[in-house]
Amino acid sequence: MKYIRQFAIILTISFIGEGCHFFIPLPIPASIYGLLILLFALRAGIVRVESVQDVGRFLVEIMPLMFIPAAVGLMETWPLLEPVFVPFLVILVVSTILVMAVTGWCTQGILRLEEKKKKESRTYE
Amino acid sequence: MNEMMQHSIFFGGVLSLLTYGMGMAFRKRWKFALFNPLLISIVACILFLIAFEIDYETYYEGAKYLSYLLTPATVCLAIPLYEQLTVLGRNWKAILGGILSGVLTSFGSIFILASLFHLDHSAYVTLLPKSITTAIGMGVAEELGGYVTICVAIIILTGIWGNILAGILCRILRITHPIAKGVAIGSSSHAIGTVKAMEMGIVEGAMSSLSIVISGILTVIGAPIFAQFL
Repeated sequence: MKYIRQFAIILTISFIGEGCHFFIPLPIPASIYGLLILLFALRAGIVRVESVQDVGRFLVEIMPLMFIPAAVGLMETWPLLEPVFVPFLVILVVSTILVMAVTGWCTQGILRLEEKKKKESRTYE
Repeated sequence: MNEMMQHSIFFGGVLSLLTYGMGMAFRKRWKFALFNPLLISIVACILFLIAFEIDYETYYEGAKYLSYLLTPATVCLAIPLYEQLTVLGRNWKAILGGILSGVLTSFGSIFILASLFHLDHSAYVTLLPKSITTAIGMGVAEELGGYVTICVAIIILTGIWGNILAGILCRILRITHPIAKGVAIGSSSHAIGTVKAMEMGIVEGAMSSLSIVISGILTVIGAPIFAQFL
């Protein structure tokens, strides 16, 4: 019963997410609406963590498998991709390195700055 | 071979799972970043289909049930995020600042590189949403007049690259703070990168999930502005 109920809650929220995607004219997919709805429901106490966490953990754990079908579909897109492949690949490889590096440094930099500020304010007290 | 497999609804799922399992075994045996289970699985599936002359449709007939679970699984990313809400509340400035810097770096670097390669407007806007989750990225590319199918391919390749890159890059650049790692991975390589962040730890996973949502929204807002530059 436990798993049926948990799966039912998760699928229902996915379904509500689809509804939001259909009715709200924004380029936000059902999955993101669903994520925000579940987060809100957990925060507001409408859904308890215990009522979704087993199936939730299972789904998140097998998530990498879910990207395989679409990625294998690259073989179908290849004729379209081939003429632009080299410049596009160079751009995405370089740009992704830069984004990851800058984001990591900035986040870490601000975190350290805040920690330092906290320490200083403590010494003043 | 194709004809026989056409009658099977399990073939696609079996091939995906077995090749992923093979990828995991490879990674366990050789600690080499390119031995990424996801990359190995994708390459092995494609090679198998080509070698045995099996159509993608035949494969997808079984594999689509894996894709079906992607929306519910993404919804479930809310669970680790909920468990880490206090971490988010205490560090929101760093997290938001980091994500914003990431989105701007993505736009800026694509603009500069696209100019260097003399790409036209359509090609440029196809690349702009490369670091965000597929479903949002498709919408952005379509709205700005890009090639939607190529955009999907680019987003997937970016995710796989981020997944491969995350471990080494964080080590070399000394990005050690779990929050910084998670935000960096999620902002640069969306859900496919987040899979890696989840392996690293719960804080990394939660922050990466959050970054998918926020960088996605920031890209929706920012891309139309940057689209005018080229």
